[in-house]
Amino acid sequence: MSAFWSAWVTVITLAVIFGCTWLLFQTRKSETHKESTDVTVGHVYDGIEEYDNPLPRWWFQLFVATVIFGLVYLALYPGLGNFKGLLGWTSTGQWEEEMQHAEEVYKPVFAKYAALSIEDLQTEENKSGLQMGQRMFANNCSVCHGSAGTGAYGFPNLTDNDWLYGGEPATIKQTIINGRNGGMPPWGSVLGEEGVRDMASYVLSLSGREVDPDAAQRGETQFQALCTACHGQDAKGTQALGAPNLTDDVWLYGGSFEAVTHSIRSGRAGMMPAHKDLLSDDKIHLIAAYVFSLSND
Amino acid sequence: MIKHETIEKNIGLMVLLIIIVISGGGLAEIVPLFFHSSTTQPIEGMRPYTALENEGRDIYIREGCHVCHTQMIRPFRAETERYGHYSTANEDVWEHPFLWGSKRTGPDLDRVGGRYSDDWHRAHLYNPRDVVPQSKMPSYPWLFENRVSGSDTEAKLKVMRKLGVPYTDEQIEDAQEAVSGKYEIDALVAYLQALGKTHSEYSNKR
Repeated sequence: MSAFWSAWVTVITLAVIFGCTWLLFQTRKSETHKESTDVTVGHVYDGIEEYDNPLPRWWFQLFVATVIFGLVYLALYPGLGNFKGLLGWTSTGQWEEEMQHAEEVYKPVFAKYAALSIEDLQTEENKSGLQMGQRMFANNCSVCHGSAGTGAYGFPNLTDNDWLYGGEPATIKQTIINGRNGGMPPWGSVLGEEGVRDMASYVLSLSGREVDPDAAQRGETQFQALCTACHGQDAKGTQALGAPNLTDDVWLYGGSFEAVTHSIRSGRAGMMPAHKDLLSDDKIHLIAAYVFSLSND
Repeated sequence: MIKHETIEKNIGLMVLLIIIVISGGGLAEIVPLFFHSSTTQPIEGMRPYTALENEGRDIYIREGCHVCHTQMIRPFRAETERYGHYSTANEDVWEHPFLWGSKRTGPDLDRVGGRYSDDWHRAHLYNPRDVVPQSKMPSYPWLFENRVSGSDTEAKLKVMRKLGVPYTDEQIEDAQEAVSGKYEIDALVAYLQALGKTHSEYSNKR
């Protein structure tokens, strides 16, 4: 704050406080007749008179107390322009202290678990590490994946040991750190509506559903031409691309005939946000350990 | 010597004194902010909202999102651990009006950009309980039916420029084209994903 504005704030603030104090004392009723309460101010309206009593003493003193409080506060805390206050308090300073205190308390805890591999964290003796992971999962991941990690429409179930990108500890960690961008292109215009329905029939047959065999037959030919690049020759998916296994009857966007045709017709673009700028490495480590534990306990 | 009676019986004098006392607060607390670099200079590297994000912001205001969601992360550890770096005044220099809010029924949104996927926001705005079973947030299905006309987008950006937001002529010219045909949900999600992402001065790691 420039010297001018600092002076501006200081002068106005003090002027208002002292002005109010001056007004308070100036307009204070003399206490000459404070013992007698039968003196009135002299007017009568509808038979109602007004006693000419001074402000009750406690009331007056409250006013004075607020003035004193204000001055003490302005002496201790920042308020008068550039004057920092005798305590040197700032809101960011208080925040930094809080953060530093937390760092001292929690850093050793995180460091202990950060030194352990995700596999080692699964053991009974490191249970509290997984519990920390669970709580951080609840805060940061459950909004999409559900509080039990069972997922929702469009958000993968993390408890079924069926992985889009792989379920090894390092892969889970990568997924959390960098996020994932799934991308299935829309095939509606390529296949036509008939072709989409044939394809859906074939895809559902892979999971052992009962479908029209002729349609599935036609779908298979197209599948071999168009889909194997990502989903693989055997339709078991490619984890490097996040292309799901189509033979296990696990469906991210629903396994009804309609849902599958919709996926084929319009494509899908599931996206998991990267968390490297949101969470510290140590926290990601514990969350990854917890996610790993969900399908390995 | 002013007597209490003098003030009490001269309403003009009382009005004058009240104005003097009240304006003291405004003069000391509000006026200097118009001349203070931390409240008038944008944070390093900040970009204005795009035309689509700006339309989304207007939908955010129209639907009253600011009534239940704040955009003001206070400098307490409990808040910065959850929402990221505390908010600073120089991030809101181009906010007209600012959307700090005053009450949280839902969480703070000042840095919600990038935390969830677009799909999540769409699912959540269509019916919050589909993704958060305990949520009491209302559903906004009409956002998926109404389109942004874009007929006044250009005018909106011009007003923003008048208020000091540095939109280029090109951005203003292209404004209508950038938004026309988009659904309201597209605009709102674009805005939500931009929150906290218009500059990268702060680390939000927690």
